[in-house]
Amino acid sequence: MKAKKVLAKGIEAIAFGALEAGCKCYFGYPITPQNEIPELMARELPKRGGVFLQAESELAAINMVLGACAVGVRAMTSSSSPGISLMCEAFSYIAALELPAVVANVMRGGPGLGGIEASQGDYFQAVKGSGHGDFHFMVLAPHNAQEAYELTAKAFEFAEKYRNPVMILSDAILGQMKEPLILKKLRIKEYNKNDWALTGAKNRPSRIIRSLFLSSQELKERNLKLAKKYKKMKKDIIYENLVNDEDRVIVVAFGSMARIAKDACLNLRKKGYPVGFFRPVTLFPFPVKPIQELIKKAKNPLKFVVPELNCGQMVEDVKLAVNGEASVISLPYPPSVIPFPEELEKEIKKCLSSSSFQKA
Amino acid sequence: MRVELIISGFGGQGVLFAGNLIALSAMREGYQVTYLPVYGPEMRGGTCNCTVIISENEIASPLISSPSFLIIMNYPSFVKFVPALKKGGTAIINSDLIKSEEIKNLDILKKKYKLYFVPVTSLAESLNTPLLANLCVVGAFYEITKIFNKKNFKKALKEMLSNTKAHLFEPNLKAFELGANYIKNNYK
Repeated sequence: MKAKKVLAKGIEAIAFGALEAGCKCYFGYPITPQNEIPELMARELPKRGGVFLQAESELAAINMVLGACAVGVRAMTSSSSPGISLMCEAFSYIAALELPAVVANVMRGGPGLGGIEASQGDYFQAVKGSGHGDFHFMVLAPHNAQEAYELTAKAFEFAEKYRNPVMILSDAILGQMKEPLILKKLRIKEYNKNDWALTGAKNRPSRIIRSLFLSSQELKERNLKLAKKYKKMKKDIIYENLVNDEDRVIVVAFGSMARIAKDACLNLRKKGYPVGFFRPVTLFPFPVKPIQELIKKAKNPLKFVVPELNCGQMVEDVKLAVNGEASVISLPYPPSVIPFPEELEKEIKKCLSSSSFQKA
Repeated sequence: MRVELIISGFGGQGVLFAGNLIALSAMREGYQVTYLPVYGPEMRGGTCNCTVIISENEIASPLISSPSFLIIMNYPSFVKFVPALKKGGTAIINSDLIKSEEIKNLDILKKKYKLYFVPVTSLAESLNTPLLANLCVVGAFYEITKIFNKKNFKKALKEMLSNTKAHLFEPNLKAFELGANYIKNNYK
C-alpha cells in the first residue's frame, strides 16, 4: 500500500512519529504551542490499545513517563519551554535510572513565562542543563515535518539502544507550520528489555532500579558508566552537509533557523559567493568530528557563522568543535526578531567582506 | 514555478482556512508547500494572516519578506501588505471593504501590479452564507492562477470538511464557483 500523504503541522508529525514507533503511553499537561500533540495522542492512542492521560501537572506527567518506562513500555511526554523546566528534576532521575523516555520540547520564548513566539533559547538546557548531576539527553533537532516524523520514531530506538532519555527539540515555527508529510512505514528496532525492565519477579530473582548510591565507589562507577555511554552515542551523529572545499564561510544552524539560513546560503552561492551550509541534527552528541573534517578539507581559511533564535548558545559548541582553528561569529536573534532570508543574506555577506575574503 | 502568497484579513473571515485549503489543494496537485499561520494571541475581529508557499522545488524558509501574491480581505491588511508586494505581483482585493476610489495612487499601483477587485463579502452574502467570503476568494485565486485543478481542490475541501462538517461541502463549493465565475466574467 502506498504511504498516505497529509498536510500536517510539525507537532502533529511528532505525534505521528511516536505512534509509528509503537509508543503506548502519552502523559502530558497542556501548554501552547504544542497542544496538538496531546490532542492527536488523545484521539489515536486509545484506538491502538495505548493510554493517554492528561496529568495534573508537568511534574506528574514526567513521573508517569518514568514509571511507564521502568516497566519497559514505550512512553513519551511533550511540553514547551516553561513546562520542560518543571520536568527537569525527573529528567535527572530518568537518566540516572537509565530509562528510555522520549520528550519533545516545542520551544517558545523565555526566560520565565516569556512569550509564545518561536525561540531556540532552550539549546543550553537541552544539551547541557536539563537537570542536576552529570548526565545528558540525546538531543535531536528536526527542521521540517517529515524529519520530525522520522526522528521522533527513531528517538524511541535510540532511547532503548542507549537506555537514555532522548529529546526532540523543535520550536513554535516548525511546530505550527503545515507541510506535506508522508506517513511511510519505518523500521524501528526494538531492544531487549528483559534484563532490566521491572516486569514482576515471577520465576526470576527480583530487581531494583535506583538512583541512590551511598557507597562512593558505586556512585563513581555509575557516573563513569553514563560517561562511557555518551561517548558511544557519537556513532549515531546525524548532520546535513552542504559545504564545498572552496568555501570561505560556513553557516551552521539548526531547526527553523536552518530553514532560513539554507535559503540565504543557497542564494549567496547562486550569486557566486563561497558560502557553505552545515546543519547539526543531533545537538548532543554534537557533530564535532564532521566540523573538524570541514576545516581539514578547506582550501581557504574558514569563518563559521552561527545564526540562532537566541543570544548565542550553539555558537559555543561550534567554538569547541572548531577548537581555535577558524574564526567563529555569532548572529543572535532573540525571540520575535526572526530574520527573513534576505536580511540574513546581508549579515552573512558582511561576514564575508569583513576581512580579505573576496567574491569567488 | 513558485508562488509566495500572503492572505490577510480580520480574524473570523476564514483567512487561515483559505490558506490551509490552498496549500492542501496545491499539495494534492503534487507541489511542495508550506502553510504558516500567523501565530500569537489572535482573536475574532483582530487582524490575522498566513503565508503559503507553493513550489516545484524544496522550500527552505517558510518566511518571506515580499510576497508575489496577496489576498487582501480588509483595509488594515491593504495598508500593511501592498507595499511589500513584489514588482509585477498579483493581488486579489476585497472590494466590499476596500473601495478602489479610496485608494491613493491607484494608477501607479495598477502599473506595478495586477489588481483584481472582487466583492467577496457581498458575493458570499448573495448565497446567504456570509461566512464563506473566504471560499469566494479561493475561487478567484483558482481562476487567476490555475495552479491546481478542480478535482484536487474538491479532494482538499472534502479532507478539510470531514466528519461533522461534511454537510458544508456543497455550500463551500458554491461559494468557490461564484468567486471563480466573478473573475471569468469581469477580468477575462
